Amino acid sequence: MSAATEPAIRARGVRKVFASGGREVVALDGIDLDVAPGEFVCLLGPSGCGKSTLLNAIAGFSLPSSGQLTALGRPVTGPGPERAMVFQEYALFPWMTVERNVAFGLEIAGAAPERRRQVVEALLLKLGLADFRDRFPKDLSGGMRQRVAIARVLAIDSPMLLMDEPFGALDALTRRSLQDELLRIWAELEKTVVFVTHGIEESIYLADRVVVMTYRPGTVKRIVPVNLPRPRDPASPEFNALKREVTALVMEEQARHQADEASPTAD
Amino acid sequence: MAGSAARLFRSLVVPVALLLVWEGISLAGWVTPLILPSPTAVAARWWAYLTPMEPFEATAGPWWRWALSGELPSDVFTSLMRIAVGFAIGAGLALPLGLLMGARPLVHELFNPLLQVLRPIPPIAYIPLAILWFGLGNPPAFFLISLGAFFPVLMNTIAGVRAVDAIYLRAARNLGAGEWTLFWRVMIPAAMPYILTGIRVGVGVAFIVVIVAEMIAVNTGLGYRILEAREYFWSDKVIAGMITIGLCGLGIDLGMSRLTGRLLRWHRGVEG
Ligand SMILES: Nc1ncnc2c1ncn2[C@@H]1O[C@H](COP(=O)(O)OP(=O)(O)O)[C@@H](O)[C@H]1O
Ligand SMILES: [Mg+2]
Repeated sequence: MSAATEPAIRARGVRKVFASGGREVVALDGIDLDVAPGEFVCLLGPSGCGKSTLLNAIAGFSLPSSGQLTALGRPVTGPGPERAMVFQEYALFPWMTVERNVAFGLEIAGAAPERRRQVVEALLLKLGLADFRDRFPKDLSGGMRQRVAIARVLAIDSPMLLMDEPFGALDALTRRSLQDELLRIWAELEKTVVFVTHGIEESIYLADRVVVMTYRPGTVKRIVPVNLPRPRDPASPEFNALKREVTALVMEEQARHQADEASPTAD
Repeated sequence: MAGSAARLFRSLVVPVALLLVWEGISLAGWVTPLILPSPTAVAARWWAYLTPMEPFEATAGPWWRWALSGELPSDVFTSLMRIAVGFAIGAGLALPLGLLMGARPLVHELFNPLLQVLRPIPPIAYIPLAILWFGLGNPPAFFLISLGAFFPVLMNTIAGVRAVDAIYLRAARNLGAGEWTLFWRVMIPAAMPYILTGIRVGVGVAFIVVIVAEMIAVNTGLGYRILEAREYFWSDKVIAGMITIGLCGLGIDLGMSRLTGRLLRWHRGVEG
């Protein structure tokens, strides 16, 4: 089987059970999902529905309790640089400057200094970080930090980007400009992107396909393809039709989430 | 400018007033100089303690060696050398052990009970044992100072490693870091604020212990000097020695805080 026909990610019957305080929480159940190479997929659902759990399983931080999960044709057994993660809390190393953060992955991979310098330089320019190279993360705005986090994973040239609500903490304008930047990078570098969000508009703005998840247990409720040309206009009637459709799906799960919150005896 | 001059003035009011009262009491003859010598007598004694005892001779060597040939410079050098050696031994043992205990629960389980029993014993309480084991001279002083530095560095290093946010480890692993890289490039720098706190406390304890050790186990250094002066009833020299000890302590603390500020430029709440 050639790499082109093989999905970048394949999940079959993925189940994840957490033991918490003596009882079991089924965070994921029966997840079947294929992500094609170069595809941009959003995982969407109310908070607590298992989006992070699924992404962490793909990243290899927390393996499924049962089911099969393969990435780039190999079973996931742990974290690896071919599945680079961008965290919502940025997770930049606060003791390194912007430049050192971006260079970290190349340094530990033993890249030649000259190549390292070139790659880092190009990324600092691409993400508008050149003037901030010597700053420490504490001196950057949230948007800048997330740019550094993106540059840091791009530096290791991972074929896959896993992003867990990466723009969730940003204001609307910064978020939109980073979304556009991410789309540009994705189109240029042909990465496979799995992007977790609870923003309906964000998911339709970004994704080739939106995977709407159910709440407790987390399963795939519906996969909604977004066949709109990019750049997409959130004000267009087509965009809004999709938005209504997806909103209805998410609201069903949100209602279950709220019922769950309201009655602690329910679980 | 006016503001800083006013601030300087305010900061000097109390010390200067105190010195004037002290001098006044001495001039009035209310207390014998043996109990409380006048500030001017202390200053004169301090100057004599600081400056060379022999006149300068160009043939004997360079002028700076002559300038540092007084009793005080040599005492300061001796005491600081003892702190440096003792601290290097104590911290040199505490740092790797603390890193291991923080990172490996098994190592922690093995060593923690023993350390919890030993930790509350003040280093001063080891003096009799130190003399029995090492006799007199530098070795018991090194032993006591290293003990004093050991526990603050150890405890803070353990706490620092344990407080490392798991997200940094995740991020580093995700970028391809192995255990070794994780340890050197993530764990240690992330724990550095704690480690430096431990080092600062450890140096402070080492400074206390060196003075005590010099009063008991050796016959050189600042601690010995003020005890010797008491035996001759040179109270002005006792106070001059104490002031020297205070200045050394201040210097060490300023140096440590500059070092900390420099190493923790990246850290929130630390001014670069
Ligand atoms: N380490 C854990 N231990 C126990 N329960 C967990 C753990 N991680 C997640 N969960 C539970 O699994 C469910 C899904 O969590 P998560 O994947 O974080 O949701 P989302 O990212 O969609 O908000 C939640 O009910 C959460 O409480
Ligand atoms: Mg989440």
